Amino acid sequence: MTMKLKTLHTLSRWLGLLSILLAIPAWMLVVQISGLPKFILPSPMDVWARFLKALTDGSLLYHTGVTLVEILLGLLVGVCFATIIGYLLAKSRSLEKILSPYLVASQAIPVVAIAPLLVIWLGGGILSKVVICSLIVFFPVLVNTVVGVRAVSSSLYDLMGSLRATRWQILWKLELPASLPVLLGGLRIGATLSVIGAIVGELVDAQEGLGFLLQLGDFQYDTSMVFVAVFMLVILALSLYGVVTLLEKRFLKWQK
Amino acid sequence: MNPKPILSVRDLTVTYPDNNGGLDALDNISFEMHPREFVCFLGPSGSGKTTFLRVLAGILPPTSGRVSFMYQHRQNIGMVFQQANLMPWRTVMENIMLPLELRGAGKIKMENMAREMISLVGLKGFEGSLPRDLSGGMAQRVAIARALIHDPDLLLLDEPFASLDALTRERMWMELSRIWQAKQKTVIMVTHSINESLFLADRVLVLTKRPGKIKLDLKVDLPRPRTDDMRYTSHFGKLAKKLRAAIE
Repeated sequence: MTMKLKTLHTLSRWLGLLSILLAIPAWMLVVQISGLPKFILPSPMDVWARFLKALTDGSLLYHTGVTLVEILLGLLVGVCFATIIGYLLAKSRSLEKILSPYLVASQAIPVVAIAPLLVIWLGGGILSKVVICSLIVFFPVLVNTVVGVRAVSSSLYDLMGSLRATRWQILWKLELPASLPVLLGGLRIGATLSVIGAIVGELVDAQEGLGFLLQLGDFQYDTSMVFVAVFMLVILALSLYGVVTLLEKRFLKWQK
Repeated sequence: MNPKPILSVRDLTVTYPDNNGGLDALDNISFEMHPREFVCFLGPSGSGKTTFLRVLAGILPPTSGRVSFMYQHRQNIGMVFQQANLMPWRTVMENIMLPLELRGAGKIKMENMAREMISLVGLKGFEGSLPRDLSGGMAQRVAIARALIHDPDLLLLDEPFASLDALTRERMWMELSRIWQAKQKTVIMVTHSINESLFLADRVLVLTKRPGKIKLDLKVDLPRPRTDDMRYTSHFGKLAKKLRAAIE
């Protein structure tokens, strides 16, 4: 019985991979039947060949690296600002009243729409991408921080008060661990969004990065290159998501 | 008994601000307590019992009046709440060590003292358990251990057994009596249970409905250690009747 359950369990773990593997023959079939030319729909083998070429000439890793740096810096800046401001908002109702109209209004403007402006103001280099990333990451992390800190139990505050805990001790030993599940939830959303932010910035204007590679492929009718860039983006997003999941496993063992 | 009070409260009044002139929670409470005394505050809900403990714990400033401790340094307090109020991300051991951790004690010292407290409250073998795996009674024992580990001058108990079932509650009374005798602590406990107050306390002070005032100060002259059977004696009944009459 347990043997059977175990096999089922391992099977379900590999189910995701299996579904990806099945997609490849399906894709090949569509290429075969439709007879579309390579520059409209390349076959998996074309994409694989293009991938190997980009990998060996070093361009793929270089551009992926550039995008990754933008994503990570944007995430770092966005999460830092959002957590600090979110904490202050959670603690002060009057500050919330002053800032919330701006914060809500800022959400009415899609970052995609102001990305060209930011590129004009900040140039086509890495800075504009980092700023776009952090803007896109900012709001969900902010909201989660406010929710997380507000949800800390008032009787635990009483406990810390009765033990004469300092402001810092309350922050480190109560507020941070208590709101960590919600904070990591915000980071999970932010990590995925920051990939979008970096690409939006690169598509507006860039000389490097996966967004640049994507656009280059588009201009040169090198559709296989576009596919390679898209797959790299998916891998980046999944890895970031995986890192957050690992953090949750490590720090939230006490949950469930 | 030591004639010098460990705690004296003078004309304590607490008013919560609201729209029509404020809500009076406590009205002119005055009393004194001696070291190693176990005092129960008995009152109906809404008599400001929890407010009173919060003032003593220094969490809530009084509107007027004075709370003074015998020791000149900042009061050193252990508190047990209605719910166990443990940190769910900490193990039993880590929860118990919290008060020492906040004072920057060394790791080895903390662990030794925590182990001592764990055996005092009978939780050996559960050092590494998380609060989610504990029953209500076990969690409340952890809370008691946490309230005692830093050797407080005053132990404050806010209806600590109200959320437990009747059987566990009575077992916890025995435990608390035993711990109180072993540790020689000064204890203030608020409760709305007459039985509980008579079983545990040296003195029971009855509070009136909001705003809370002291209506009766009753000395409980039952011998110690108190047993289950004592609750069926006529003297116990007499005391219970007096308390019952004083509570509205």
